[in-house]
Amino acid sequence: MALATFKGGIHPPDKKELSKDKPISIVRPPKKVVIPLVQHIGAPCKLSVSIGQEVKKGDVIGASEGFVSAPVHASVSGKVVAIGEFPNAMGRMVISVVIENDGKEEWTTLKDNPDYMNLSPENLKEKIRDAGIVGMGGAAFPTHVKLSPPKEKPVDIVILNGAECEPYLTADYRLMIERPEEVVEGLKILMKVLGVSKGFIGIENNKPDAIEAMKKAVSKESNIQANIQIYPLEVKYPQGAEKMLIKAAAGREVPPRGLPMDVGVVVQNIGTAIAVYEAVRYGKPLIERIVTVTGEGIKNPKNLLVKIGTFVTDLIEECGGFTSEIAKVISGGPMMGFSLYSLDVPVTKGTSGILVLPEEGVVHAEDFGPCIRCGRCIDICPMGLMPSMLSVLSEKGFYEETKDYNLFDCFECGSCTYICPSRRPIVQLIRLAKSLVKP
Amino acid sequence: MAEIKKEHQLTVSVSPHVKSEETTSRIMWSVNLSLLPAALIGAYFFGPRAVFALTIAIITAVLCEHLYQRGMKSKITINDGSAFLTGLLVGLNLPPSVPFYIPVIGSFVAIVITKQLFGGLGFNVFNPAAAGRAFLLISFPKLMTIWKEPTAAFVQMDAKTTATPLGILKEEGIAKLMEVFGDKTNLYTELFMGHRAGSIGETSTLALLIGAAFLFYRGYISWHIPVSFMGTAAAMAWVFGGKGALFAGDPIIHLISGGMILGAFFMATDYVTCPSVKKGQLIFGAGCGFLTMLIRLKGGYPEGVMFAILIMNCFTPIIDRGFKTKVFGFKKPDSKETKK
Ligand code: SF4
Ligand code: SF4
Repeated sequence: MALATFKGGIHPPDKKELSKDKPISIVRPPKKVVIPLVQHIGAPCKLSVSIGQEVKKGDVIGASEGFVSAPVHASVSGKVVAIGEFPNAMGRMVISVVIENDGKEEWTTLKDNPDYMNLSPENLKEKIRDAGIVGMGGAAFPTHVKLSPPKEKPVDIVILNGAECEPYLTADYRLMIERPEEVVEGLKILMKVLGVSKGFIGIENNKPDAIEAMKKAVSKESNIQANIQIYPLEVKYPQGAEKMLIKAAAGREVPPRGLPMDVGVVVQNIGTAIAVYEAVRYGKPLIERIVTVTGEGIKNPKNLLVKIGTFVTDLIEECGGFTSEIAKVISGGPMMGFSLYSLDVPVTKGTSGILVLPEEGVVHAEDFGPCIRCGRCIDICPMGLMPSMLSVLSEKGFYEETKDYNLFDCFECGSCTYICPSRRPIVQLIRLAKSLVKP
Repeated sequence: MAEIKKEHQLTVSVSPHVKSEETTSRIMWSVNLSLLPAALIGAYFFGPRAVFALTIAIITAVLCEHLYQRGMKSKITINDGSAFLTGLLVGLNLPPSVPFYIPVIGSFVAIVITKQLFGGLGFNVFNPAAAGRAFLLISFPKLMTIWKEPTAAFVQMDAKTTATPLGILKEEGIAKLMEVFGDKTNLYTELFMGHRAGSIGETSTLALLIGAAFLFYRGYISWHIPVSFMGTAAAMAWVFGGKGALFAGDPIIHLISGGMILGAFFMATDYVTCPSVKKGQLIFGAGCGFLTMLIRLKGGYPEGVMFAILIMNCFTPIIDRGFKTKVFGFKKPDSKETKK
């Protein structure tokens, strides 16, 4: 059977071998954590602690204000020593809470729910919201919002994104191997919240052991009726992009500028599913996550369980430091991640990986050539756009004209820039145009 | 903590942070390499004069690009292999025994007039080498149609002049062609191997196909243009190519003679001057095939590949506009809505 997939896409070297066989390990507890109060897309949180206050793990330190928002919790027990603006990974100053770790690892009182499957969908959703869960693949969109489709958009499928199509990253892979049952439980909760009967898990075919593990977990007696299917997907970037994943697994095409719910689908990340399970089953808020620390520039690549607010420097140290003169540190994957200005920035809910590239691995912004009209970018653009035209128009200052070439349908996956033999900074030119014209 | 930061100067740049190995110059030099078999066969059959013409054409092309870019104070890009390729193609498209100024003029027209004056690589409308050849054919009709017999004897400088198979076909018909080559099998074999009169690089179908196979293998060209080009030409040759009756033509002769193979695989596929959407490439190729046969069968020249490609080059921008790609998730009925 042909593997499920979409049209277009690229095959960058996946480099997952660096970290894929490293079981998830726990980082040494940091001495202090810096927890930004905005870690998601949406309204910032309202500070709910003061300097000097003692907090326990799981205490709310930033309460969510407004619907599109998610609360933030203390990830260590200890004392609040500072509140103020600190740089986040993007280099922006954001209001953050600094907690000094007392090392006691004391939890706030958590509410256990062994019988969680009998809770009402509303009740489940509330727990997910209170736990501060956001999409953990990088976008960090509050999960409960995604779980509240408007009435006129009925949802009938939940898809878990196990593609992890970004090169290097292995966090979701490790979760699927090590904690498949929890992934399935999380999916079942998500299905219950949305009242749907179909759950798909899409996994790229280069992770046969993850597919096996997940298949085994869903075939358990108690899960048989849950109607969950595992979809092996063709190995191709960006297989894990929402629209591509939906096309591959459910055969539906999200209309331009539409949302998955327009075709009755909600997509969630593997890490998110586990966070949902933990929130609902144990009442645990989202205060830690799996981060793949990898790249040719790091001594011992690892998959780490990291407390939110831990500095990137601590993770680097945990992995034995750099191998040589390093050139670039990226938060996220090499295709869509962003490079860090400084290593003294905290891990947040959306940090899926820290990628360290040595000098040799870095493509510098050298001068690029003209578009030779080779058509490669057109053939591979997963959105069916003409990146060559977009880049040429933007380069020449014809920003309005880029709209004729569907500028705003580009989701900046970077495939075109990757493939371009003329090394044109296509995505950069597209972003420039986007910032200068109205949709 | 602070030490780590001080020690390391971080490069900050936008995603994506990895790039494929493919570069423009790698592609161009590979295409040059793929033409090597054809050039060697040309040298084998037509001797030192052919080598001379090729060399002059290449040197002129590279030199013109260098001087022009220096004059314009722009970046000098002769290392990307594209000027070399244009020169090589100009050379391969020449009759074997032209005086030295012919390749000089051809490469000059190709590089300076056709490529650089239009803005350089990526901006030219016409295929430079095709334009070079067309210019020469119009300006020096005599010199450009003196065809030497392939001798395969490297020392023999003055081979007899003769006509190309297409020329014979046009002027005297298929019967004469049979007379010259013996029987059909022999005719096909000679055309396929390259033992016939013609331009330096166009005679050996085999050598060209070896190069084309390499380009396919590397993914540098796709089937769309060659197949639609040659498919259309073959169909027309079959239907209209016969004397007197319809459906009596010989498509094979037309495919493996003249500049068909060189044109369809190496020149019509030029990235810059062909449409970049695959569907558009099918139209482009079909147009090339149609025009080639129109010229060969009805026009004043025995050969029409170059002119066909040049004419279709004019349509490339229109084809590109007419055949935009299908945007993901886009459905016809709401075309208005998505436009906004
Ligand atoms: S970045 Fe945009 S234009 Fe480029 S391949 Fe991705 S979706 Fe297409
Ligand atoms: S890949 Fe680069 S050179 Fe090729 S068409 Fe696209 S932008 Fe132009």
